[in-house]
Amino acid sequence: MASLDRVKVLVLGDSGVGKSSLVHLLCQNQVLGNPSWTVGCSVDVRVHDYKEGTPEEKTYYIELWDVGGSVGSASSVKSTRAVFYNSVNGIILVHDLTNKKSSQNLYRWSLEALNRDLVPTGVLVTNGDYDREQFADNQIPLLVIGTKLDQIHETKRHEVLTRTAFLAEDFNAEEINLDCTNPRYLAAGSSNAVKLSRFFDKVIEKRYFLREGNQMTLSPICWQIFSILIPGFPDRKRFGGGTLKSLHYD
Amino acid sequence: MSFLIDSSIMITSQILFFGFGWLFFMRQLFKDYEVRQYVVQVIFSVTFAFSCTMFELIIFEILKVLNSSSRYFHWKMNLCVILLILVFMVPFYIGYFIVSNIRLLHKQRLLFSCLLWLTFMYFFWKLGDPFPILSPKHGILSIEQLISRVGVIGVTLMALLSGFGAVNCPYTYMSYFLRNVTDADILALERRLLQTMDMIISKKKRMAMTRRTMFQKGEVHNKPSGFWGMIKSVTTSAPGSEMPDLTLIQQEVDALEELSRQLFLETADLYATKERIEYSKTFKGKYFNFLGYFFSIYCVWKIFMATINIVFDRVGKTDPVTRGIEITVNYLGIQFDVKFWSQHISFILVGIIIVTSIRGLLITLTKFFYAISSSKSSNVIVLLLAQIMGMYFVSSVLLIRMSMPLEYRTIITEVLGELQFNFYHRWFDVIFLVSALSSILFLYLAHKQAPEKHMAP
Repeated sequence: MASLDRVKVLVLGDSGVGKSSLVHLLCQNQVLGNPSWTVGCSVDVRVHDYKEGTPEEKTYYIELWDVGGSVGSASSVKSTRAVFYNSVNGIILVHDLTNKKSSQNLYRWSLEALNRDLVPTGVLVTNGDYDREQFADNQIPLLVIGTKLDQIHETKRHEVLTRTAFLAEDFNAEEINLDCTNPRYLAAGSSNAVKLSRFFDKVIEKRYFLREGNQMTLSPICWQIFSILIPGFPDRKRFGGGTLKSLHYD
Repeated sequence: MSFLIDSSIMITSQILFFGFGWLFFMRQLFKDYEVRQYVVQVIFSVTFAFSCTMFELIIFEILKVLNSSSRYFHWKMNLCVILLILVFMVPFYIGYFIVSNIRLLHKQRLLFSCLLWLTFMYFFWKLGDPFPILSPKHGILSIEQLISRVGVIGVTLMALLSGFGAVNCPYTYMSYFLRNVTDADILALERRLLQTMDMIISKKKRMAMTRRTMFQKGEVHNKPSGFWGMIKSVTTSAPGSEMPDLTLIQQEVDALEELSRQLFLETADLYATKERIEYSKTFKGKYFNFLGYFFSIYCVWKIFMATINIVFDRVGKTDPVTRGIEITVNYLGIQFDVKFWSQHISFILVGIIIVTSIRGLLITLTKFFYAISSSKSSNVIVLLLAQIMGMYFVSSVLLIRMSMPLEYRTIITEVLGELQFNFYHRWFDVIFLVSALSSILFLYLAHKQAPEKHMAP
């Protein structure tokens, strides 16, 4: 059973946004009856079919690491949490649609997790500032999920959804908005389920398939020169031609 | 005319305190949450403003600023407002927010919060019975009745916090108590934590795979209809030996998860200790270590004095300022203008007491709030903290009376009426002693238990 390949996905967000309920829903297709505070980290596993429906279909284990706590925790707690951020293949950022602060804190959460990976000296360099450069260069796929959609009144829905669309764009990620106590949001065939599937496929691809394809790509300098000289040259970002340093996550 | 000037000075200072309370709330307490109910913020700031005004009036009393009659008027007014807030408004809003959190009672919120408030008032009134705090000649709804009960609660809180603080302060400051933690310890613990997580993951993989194969088999055999039918076919007792396996594995997983939580907390603890060790090597750390020795002597002295007071049934008759001056004049033979110096020294002493108690309380409240609040309960907890803060400050006024020379005590005695002040001091000593001794016991046990956990393989 454990012979299937695996990928590791972090689930980050403020306390009380619904990460544990979300993970339970994703892995066991059931609503979590009695959510309680997560101390440390709780893990759950989802079995995912990569490229479902095609001849190249393959099953993978997706480990969802639900890390508890808040962004403003003591530095000792942050250092302890950092041990879970090793060799991450994807990050799901969860925020509460009824609480604006939880969305703002997502920047700090992502910096905390990404800095750990890109700066292997073990020093947490977080001054809390949001730097678009970080995310432009980021190779780890992100997904933004907004919870408690049912608690947003109809009239406010449009305003909230516009705000979250901007948020997702900042992270260069897809977004899903749902209610963790209602499985129909992730019913098979719905657009949310398709986005989720695509995200997991992207994570698996980056982990297992990118290496073979990368030998043929141009170096970043070449991409930039060509994009300046030749009008209409495709954007480097969309082709995921990353620098070699970002492939050390294993 | 002078009354108007005095009133305007008082009102300006109250607005300043209100602004400070507002800022404190936004920047410190609620910096990770969103303020959706502004009522909470207003109540907190108002409580803070009126409590600080009381202290301000004491200072004015000592320095003889403002007209004496206008001071008296403001005292009375301030006291009435504070009691109104502490006994009527804050408990009602606490009840209201608790009820709002419960979904079932959402429709009749007001009714249930009124019921809760009436229950609170009943217990609050009953609180006065076992204590000899009043003379029987006062009516039911007088200031003395309310203040006496608020005073009892507040003094208990003060003594508990004082006792714990007096013991905890040297324990945290002094590096003598720091356990020795090396990087190797931390790495070893982290490795164990990750190993435990790996074991949990492998078991969960088995469970997930089992569920999936059963789900696929169930689809072939039972031809279920709809989403819920499929779920039911997986969870209800299916023939085959996989079901008991799942529950067994689930139990193992639960145990492992508990273990991982423990390891996580221990690792965080080790990191915190390591940081403290590094901090103690800095200049600031050495300074605090030095202070810690002083505080431990102070703490021992206070416990000793509290015991003496209780055993010999003695309540201090004179305040430290007058006693200090008496000693210097009589025993050391230094002559100086007693009246002038007593005023200034008592101002400085009382000022220091006030500032440190406000600061200490705000810091403690903030720490407490971070530790226990969540996005759902933040409103209720902040209001509880406002209630505690108000009661704490009111009883500080009661107790501070003891530290002031006789001529300044009169206004407090006048305004607060005929309370049995001696009772409060005795009660404070008793609770302080109990709290300090139990904190010593508690810290001793915690300290002894910790090294043994790390010795285990």
